[in-house]
Amino acid sequence: MKHLIPEFERIKARYPAGCESSLVLPCLRRIQEDRGFVADSDVDDLVAWLGVPRIQVEEVLSYYTQFRRKPIGRWHVQACRNVSCSMRGAERMIDHLSRRLGVKPGETTADGRFTLSTVECLGSCGTAPVVVVNETYHEDMSAEKLDRLLEGLR
Amino acid sequence: MPGRQLLMTFPVTATSHTLADYRARGGYGTLSKVLATMKPEQVTKEVTASGILGHGGAAFPAGRKWQVVHLDDGQPHYLCANADEGEPGTFKDRWILENAPHLLVESMTIAAYALQVRNAFVYIRGEFDLPYRRLAAAIEEAYDAGFLGTNVLGSGFALDLVAHRGAGSYVCGEASGLLTSLEGKKGYPRNRPPRLTVRGLYQRPTVVNNVETLSNLAGIIAMGAEAFRKVGTAKSPGTQLVSISGHVNRPGVYELEFGYPVAKFIYEDCGGVLGGRNLKCIVPGGISTKVLTAAEIEPVTYEHASFQKAGSGLGSGGMIVIAEGTCMVRLLQVMLRFYHHESCGQCTPCREGMGWMHQIIDRIVAGDGRPGDIDRLLEISEANDGTTICGMGDAAGYATVGILAKYRDEFEYFVEHKRSRFDGRLEVSHHA
Repeated sequence: MKHLIPEFERIKARYPAGCESSLVLPCLRRIQEDRGFVADSDVDDLVAWLGVPRIQVEEVLSYYTQFRRKPIGRWHVQACRNVSCSMRGAERMIDHLSRRLGVKPGETTADGRFTLSTVECLGSCGTAPVVVVNETYHEDMSAEKLDRLLEGLR
Repeated sequence: MPGRQLLMTFPVTATSHTLADYRARGGYGTLSKVLATMKPEQVTKEVTASGILGHGGAAFPAGRKWQVVHLDDGQPHYLCANADEGEPGTFKDRWILENAPHLLVESMTIAAYALQVRNAFVYIRGEFDLPYRRLAAAIEEAYDAGFLGTNVLGSGFALDLVAHRGAGSYVCGEASGLLTSLEGKKGYPRNRPPRLTVRGLYQRPTVVNNVETLSNLAGIIAMGAEAFRKVGTAKSPGTQLVSISGHVNRPGVYELEFGYPVAKFIYEDCGGVLGGRNLKCIVPGGISTKVLTAAEIEPVTYEHASFQKAGSGLGSGGMIVIAEGTCMVRLLQVMLRFYHHESCGQCTPCREGMGWMHQIIDRIVAGDGRPGDIDRLLEISEANDGTTICGMGDAAGYATVGILAKYRDEFEYFVEHKRSRFDGRLEVSHHA
């Protein structure tokens, strides 16, 4: 994490003085973006730099669904399965992804390329069904569009 | 076009979200006028006089919220836009963040001046990628142009604005959970009182307003409260961004003038139900609002009082259209799975109750429903109501009670025959 401290200092400048605790989420997000997950050593370093209790960082990591403590596949394929997406074919899309990738939601392919997850509402109900790959939304999906999308992910 | 428009007043193009385009539309002119000619109290007075209600779901008058903050109390005040848009079926704030981020930035700067705020935040849900990038870029453009920073437009007023990203938690859309999260902790909601406008972020007076509510401010100040009140209805002034999805031919975000007929909106503006099917019911404003049948929406106009009279609410503006033939048991299963997934675990009735409800609906759908299961769902809903710190436990109950009140026969059929009365699918083909 230590190489990110100059960046963290710039983030801090726009927060009120004395509110370092607010930096827990932005710093963890940046660490995960950098490493792919949050390692124990990152927690040690962040606790030392921010001066917040270690339990606070551990709680945040377990509470928010986007944080990971372990590496996952190179491409994180997240399919929404909430109301509007289900009404526009999400259940079929998830089955299709499972068959194509040969893994169940929550699993990673043996070659480490893909991790498949199901997620709840992503705010893309008007362009349902939606699949998010890493950070990017892919909307109005169909089986054919999913196949083309997966082909392009190497 | 469903009535007059206040926000969707420009064509969306590849550059309409940029500062150059926003300024070409007259952007930041209102901020200049406010800083040069108005006192903070005057701004608040105008917002109060406009009668604008919160657009996040609770419909609390924005001006009354602001008036709780005392400008001369010697404390720092904070302002936060709630961009943690996560109520299923709701994607209207995303339209503002992606297409008019400067409207939010200008409006928040005006609000911050009115409330004498030095540090303001946009708490944006962690999954929103393009909306965050657009907003973050707009904030940088605003700093560079002198609309944010230590000396806004040379007026001496100083404001820092941060786009602060969440990391996946529905409960953080609740204002107090949002502030706890903004303090860098897990997003547990807080007991009220004290109100957040008395003790909010870091125990300081804090105003949390929805993105759409705030984005209306530049317009309200520009046109004046009196002109704003002439749009919409007497009790629901202005417009609402409505996000419509589900079994509808033209889903998307529409700006509706308050008072517009709901049936006309669905059947004409949005092209009616997919596959030429009949309408079964709608979720009017996010899944926590009670469903209304096709017959029930006939007399409803798009405003708070009319939805209340029909027995529901317009909530977060997230409307879901449900076609005839859709299995309501499966639909409630998806909703209860969501509530169980998102319960933060702080209050026992919600933490345990959501799990029980999810378990019961799962076994009904698996064909293992037991006599008494339907009543058990109702009992848990009623027992939870009002017992938790935030409204999430209540909301799951409203959704459940709302569906069971109108479609109990489908649940009884499922328990008795161990299968759906329909094909059990939630999807409707695009083709009839």
